[in-house]
Amino acid sequence: MSTGGAPLVEVENLTVHFPLSAPSLLDRLRGTGRHRVVQAVDGVSLSINAGETLGLVGESGCGKTTLGRAILRLVEPTGGRVVIRGVDIAALPHAELRRQRRHMQMIFQDPYASLDPRMTVGQIIAEPIHTHGLGTGDTAREMVRDLMATVGLSERFINRYPHEFSGGQQQRIGIARALASQPDFIVADEPISALDVSIQAQIINLIERLQRERHLTYLFISHDLRAIRHTSDRVAVMYLGQVVELADAKQLYRRPLMPYTKALISAVPVPDPVVEAKRQRIVLQGDVPSPIDPPSGCRFNTRCPFVVEACRQHAPELLEIEPGHFARCIRISPLYPDIDAVAPGATPGLA
Amino acid sequence: MAPLLSVRELRTWFAEDALTAKAVDGVSFDLARGETLGIVGESGSGKSVTTLSIMRLIPQPPGRIVSGEIVFDGQDLRALPAEAMRRIRGKRIAMIFQDPMTSLNPFMRVSQQLMEVTRLHLGLSKAEAYEHAVQMLETVGIPDARNRVDGYPHEFSGGMRQRVMIAMALSCKPELLIADEPTTALDVTIQAQILELITNLKRDTGTSVILITHDLGVVAGMTDRIMVMYAGRVFETAPTAELFARPSNPYTVGLLASVPDPTDDAHAELYQIPGLPPDVARLPPGCPFAPRCARAERICREQSPPLIQLTPQHQSLCHFAQELYDAAGTPTAATGDEGAR
Repeated sequence: MSTGGAPLVEVENLTVHFPLSAPSLLDRLRGTGRHRVVQAVDGVSLSINAGETLGLVGESGCGKTTLGRAILRLVEPTGGRVVIRGVDIAALPHAELRRQRRHMQMIFQDPYASLDPRMTVGQIIAEPIHTHGLGTGDTAREMVRDLMATVGLSERFINRYPHEFSGGQQQRIGIARALASQPDFIVADEPISALDVSIQAQIINLIERLQRERHLTYLFISHDLRAIRHTSDRVAVMYLGQVVELADAKQLYRRPLMPYTKALISAVPVPDPVVEAKRQRIVLQGDVPSPIDPPSGCRFNTRCPFVVEACRQHAPELLEIEPGHFARCIRISPLYPDIDAVAPGATPGLA
Repeated sequence: MAPLLSVRELRTWFAEDALTAKAVDGVSFDLARGETLGIVGESGSGKSVTTLSIMRLIPQPPGRIVSGEIVFDGQDLRALPAEAMRRIRGKRIAMIFQDPMTSLNPFMRVSQQLMEVTRLHLGLSKAEAYEHAVQMLETVGIPDARNRVDGYPHEFSGGMRQRVMIAMALSCKPELLIADEPTTALDVTIQAQILELITNLKRDTGTSVILITHDLGVVAGMTDRIMVMYAGRVFETAPTAELFARPSNPYTVGLLASVPDPTDDAHAELYQIPGLPPDVARLPPGCPFAPRCARAERICREQSPPLIQLTPQHQSLCHFAQELYDAAGTPTAATGDEGAR
């Protein structure tokens, strides 16, 4: 994939907060009472080049799905900007947003839940064609047949209902629907995690082939680091609503800078018993803290093996440690990129 | 030494509409004391039905163990009266499931659920059982166990719930632990914690383990031996290192090849097994994998494949098993076996 293209998607300081409960009347009158929010996405900035796949990886609850949805404005951002093809999506009036949706689509994790059970495959795939006025009658039917062939579904199935298909085939229907409006940008949210192993490879290959043939730009969201490595040109790692590391995929897997990314990569089981026997696994203690009340300072400080006192006080910035390789940790800096080699207690990244 | 568990020609069928779904169809294997066996397969391959049959937890109807022997420590479990089976289940054979939330009772305190097991099986007093519950939670690494033991399951995170399940399963020091996709619902960092916990507990207690998973990475690091299932049958079984170094069944070869390799270039075409796993109620004649198999010839579509004994430890259900075994053989494959232990 060409990664040198101009940015198709630019996300600046995007924030999504979900209120937990409305403040009470008394609190509102007094102007007191902090109303509690889930900081699902907190100040994320990134860009995706045309024709590129940006992988977004993180554990459940880290905000990766919310970020993907906020970029497409399927959830309303609390703050920040999302510019896709030069248009600020976050600021568009709804009618205009509807027209822009043609260019940006989504593939969902649970293919069955994302398909209307009372519509036939043909109707499901035709819907975006009709909505965006791309074709009617025979033209639309011909487009549906083409799309079905493209994703590997026999056109014999055109009048069948979603429940008559296996998970892998349902995902193919979801992909055909996403392609129907001829988008440039697709957010694929865990597109393979509900599928059997032998089917996962089929769907990955399909998604990759479509990118080559149609010059698509992807945000590929997954908790599966093996799939991310395979599909992505660059990778963003999220933890508790923030991007904590961002780099070229090859670079990130060869030399992760953040302690969290190191642990994440070392936790992936490798299907090779010889490698597994020799591997040093970094096993993190504890669970991901709640995004309602994230730890102060660095959000990873409760689980980080390299934590020092300053980590609890200073919220780290996302800094470019090496060319194109960003990390959010006060214990490393461009001069001292390797946390294993940093002097005990040193915080070179604290400006 | 006699194996702890010996399963012979197990057949568990389900009535489905007017058809018979042969969910498990002639499965045989042995499990030694202290051994960890991995069962790998996709959904519908019969891996869970095999272990539920061992536990005699098959819903009947529609399911039925049609034939076969399940010998646990010299006793045929199929012939045991229900009462005797209850004394084994949870005590000598324990099980943990994929989703801890659905296997814990949401209305009972964790302490009550842990105490139930030990009071029933070990005859502990209430006070003893309570202390035992606290100890078990400490053993599985739940911080602040004494204060958390009286909590309800929803107050625990997914990883912590799975620890509670493991604590419950290990409460009576079972000789056999069956773990059915124990980490599938968990994040990778939590998965690493749980796998490390199971490995340590196994080392300390000498429990035999059957680990069911679809993740070849998990079995590579955890097991002594692997059994690959497809369409209710054992397609291949071998010591772990040998299975990875010298897979001798086209299905195993395909499964191994379809996992993305982190050392590959991005966007490289992944090997893919075409088609879908079969419906075990509507199996084709011959080999059930034949419609998806790149190696299949006419004989595969006509005759059931034989189980070929490649070495005393390595079997493969395929007309061409010997040929695949010979082709995969390299001088280094044999030494890989030792290196993995």
